[in-house]
Amino acid sequence: MTRLTFLIVVLGMLVASGAKAASGSYPLKEANVDLGDEASLYRGAQTFMDSCSTCHSASMMRFGRIGKDLGLSDEQLAELMPTETTKPGDTIESHMPAGYAKNTFGIVPPDLTLVARVQGADWLYTYLTTFYADPDAPWGVNNAAFPGVGMPHVLAAEQGLLQPVYETHGEGENTRQELVDLKAPERPGTMSQEAFERKMHDLTAFMVYMAEPAALLRMHYGPYVLVFLFIFSVLMYLVKKEYWRDIKH
Amino acid sequence: MADSPSNPARRRFLTGAATAVGAVGVGFAAVPFLSSFQPSAKAQAAGAPVDVNIGKLAPGQMTTVAWRGKPVYLVHRTERMLETLTEVTDKLRDPDSSVSSQQPAFATNLYRARPSHERFLVIVGLCTHLGCAPTYRPEVAPDDLGDEWKGGFFCPCHGSKFDLSGRVYKGVPAPTNLEVPQYVYVSEQILRVGGTEEDVA
Amino acid sequence: MMNNLGKWVDDRLPVSRFWNAHLAKYYVPQNFNFWYYFGSLLLVVFVLQIVTGIWLTMSYKPSAEDAFASVEYIMRDVEWGWLLRYMHSTGASFFFIAVYLHIFRGMMYGSYKKPRELIWIFGVLILLVLMAEAFMGYLLPWGQMSFWGAQVIISLFSSVPVIGPDLAQWIRGDFVVSDATLNRFFALHVIALPLVLLFLIGGHIMALHEVGSNNPDGVDIKENKDATGKPVDGIPFHPYYTVKDLFGLGVFMFIFAAVLFYWPDGGGLFLEHPNFIPADPLKTPEHIAPVWYFAPHYAILRAVPDKFFGVVAMVTAILILFVMPWIDRNRTRSIRYRSTAFKVNLFAFVAAFVGLGYLGTQPPGPIATLAAQLLSTVYFGFFVALFVISRLERTKPVPERLQ
Repeated sequence: MTRLTFLIVVLGMLVASGAKAASGSYPLKEANVDLGDEASLYRGAQTFMDSCSTCHSASMMRFGRIGKDLGLSDEQLAELMPTETTKPGDTIESHMPAGYAKNTFGIVPPDLTLVARVQGADWLYTYLTTFYADPDAPWGVNNAAFPGVGMPHVLAAEQGLLQPVYETHGEGENTRQELVDLKAPERPGTMSQEAFERKMHDLTAFMVYMAEPAALLRMHYGPYVLVFLFIFSVLMYLVKKEYWRDIKH
Repeated sequence: MADSPSNPARRRFLTGAATAVGAVGVGFAAVPFLSSFQPSAKAQAAGAPVDVNIGKLAPGQMTTVAWRGKPVYLVHRTERMLETLTEVTDKLRDPDSSVSSQQPAFATNLYRARPSHERFLVIVGLCTHLGCAPTYRPEVAPDDLGDEWKGGFFCPCHGSKFDLSGRVYKGVPAPTNLEVPQYVYVSEQILRVGGTEEDVA
Repeated sequence: MMNNLGKWVDDRLPVSRFWNAHLAKYYVPQNFNFWYYFGSLLLVVFVLQIVTGIWLTMSYKPSAEDAFASVEYIMRDVEWGWLLRYMHSTGASFFFIAVYLHIFRGMMYGSYKKPRELIWIFGVLILLVLMAEAFMGYLLPWGQMSFWGAQVIISLFSSVPVIGPDLAQWIRGDFVVSDATLNRFFALHVIALPLVLLFLIGGHIMALHEVGSNNPDGVDIKENKDATGKPVDGIPFHPYYTVKDLFGLGVFMFIFAAVLFYWPDGGGLFLEHPNFIPADPLKTPEHIAPVWYFAPHYAILRAVPDKFFGVVAMVTAILILFVMPWIDRNRTRSIRYRSTAFKVNLFAFVAAFVGLGYLGTQPPGPIATLAAQLLSTVYFGFFVALFVISRLERTKPVPERLQ
């Protein structure tokens, strides 16, 4: 059946080229985000507001939308808002004046609303959990997912500072060091690695939600639409069969 | 070739069922297209309550703030102005503010204001005729408005007249009193246009 | 009452004449198979794109300053805006899926052959305008891929001898892709090209209804008419094909909705990931790939190690379709009665097209380039081989009636 083969080839190609090659050599960890877990999303939102929004904005995300989507009480929502005068219609703005940021970091920290759609959940999760000590880097840290990262390890106090394990490749002038593993920090942080990874998992989940709040709506309405179209198709099939009884072959 | 159907009832039923299901589908599919015309989250955020400091508003003065893009007039009425409200009663179309859509329940009184701050009038500055913004005319008996004028609002578009509580005069095109928006005093000085009692609970 | 009204209108407007001519008494071969769904599906997708497009225009802002934010505004703040946007963006991909399958159908069953050459030419024109339409639409979200994709494609025009650089600048209206480019692409995308498409689709269908549809057997049903002048193997389009196509539409919409609700970015194929970064004229994304439906042509472009001839090859790859009716010199239409050589040739062509599509989305490299060169040769080789095969091949006898 050439036509079937053809279809399979087309579909196979579509899927194959959709899979994105990992950037950098360090393997990405799986984030396993569950957008249905509202508690996890809320914890992630808290982390985002406490730790990320000091420097980064998420200027397309409104507080009221978070409250509605995650089913938050007024008190829970108020806890997320930076000040008393923040209104539900306001978006997440960074606390840092742009000029100050430019002087300190050399760039204005990017807006994070859509970062999960650009990089994907797995990259984000790997990035958040793989800051490691690198005395040569400007902030004393590097990152497995983002080599040469320009951001300090904001949560170093909680995670501690992971130690890199390098492997040497090549010979002579071509020798280069490749990061192959990360081991526990010399001085532990205030959290265990498991607890920290859970926290980053929640943060990743929130950022995935934030990048596309409509995903929750898609998931909600999808089944109804598909069931309807299925019923319609079956009915039309019966109608077609009924009419085509007329035609003698 | 086409023949007449062998089972017309079955065919009618199936066609009818498919048509009905299809019509329902088209109906549901229309919902997103129609709903998208509603004010967006951005418009709703921009239409959020507005806080105004009324401490600096001198007696007799009016200030205008924008709320949901509409002009909202805030007038600090003097004692004399409040007295005029009872003097014009029989010239008004609806002196008792009986049309409930034109003010929240708390403002269904002579002053059309919160009883705690009856000197302060808060009204939407859009004529109930065709939506022009009436001008504030506090002066008594000006040349153009005649000797009977005790102060109020005059619409330049079609000549509708309102008293100092925004109540409409008889014999003008505007059908009802000017609208009093929902508002609340967050403190003695701060008035929140669009705010409700829940804001201060 | 209704009858009287109907007659009143009919006396003044040829409603029932139109209905009969194009639906109720339009006779169509009764042996249409799976491949014949895509024509009517394309009409539906076209309408869907127009309607969702109109609705998107209500909230979209065509300026470099606001475009990116206004798309996210649609995705977040406008009620149901996300659905309208995904319908449009995923709809574009489904448009091309259906178009490519529709073209493949035409090649399999020889639908481009006499007397249907004009239908085919209208079709290729539609393909060309549709590509321009999609390309200009892709600039509108004003993300990194929008910007750099447009930059690359417009730069192709600079390879035209003598006037090239001026031409590219004239298209952009600026020294780089800019606000001016965005604004004119918007105008062309929402008004000009849809109008052109509408006329071309009208011509395509009018030409089709003049000569009648081909079919999987390639048999001319008009050769065999009964006493009343109706084709013996024909059936009225309505109700038989209306109900059949509605069933096809249901299945198609089911697949469309499944992708729309659960995989709207197609894993980066329908909406590319870097396009969620606002356009930055100072920084090119690491890897620029066109959207999948341009990928085969892009791969051909990259396969040629010369700027000008790369563009020539890419353009030729599409324009050569215009002369299909004259390249294929055999009078047998359907693949069912043609030689193995023809079948192998067509299959190689499809495989090359799909393979080029895959390569076009991948970063360039020595092996990929070699593969692209090989597949490009197969792509063009198809037409050369067809020219020869069609004269020499031994076809099976075509039956008088549908099988």
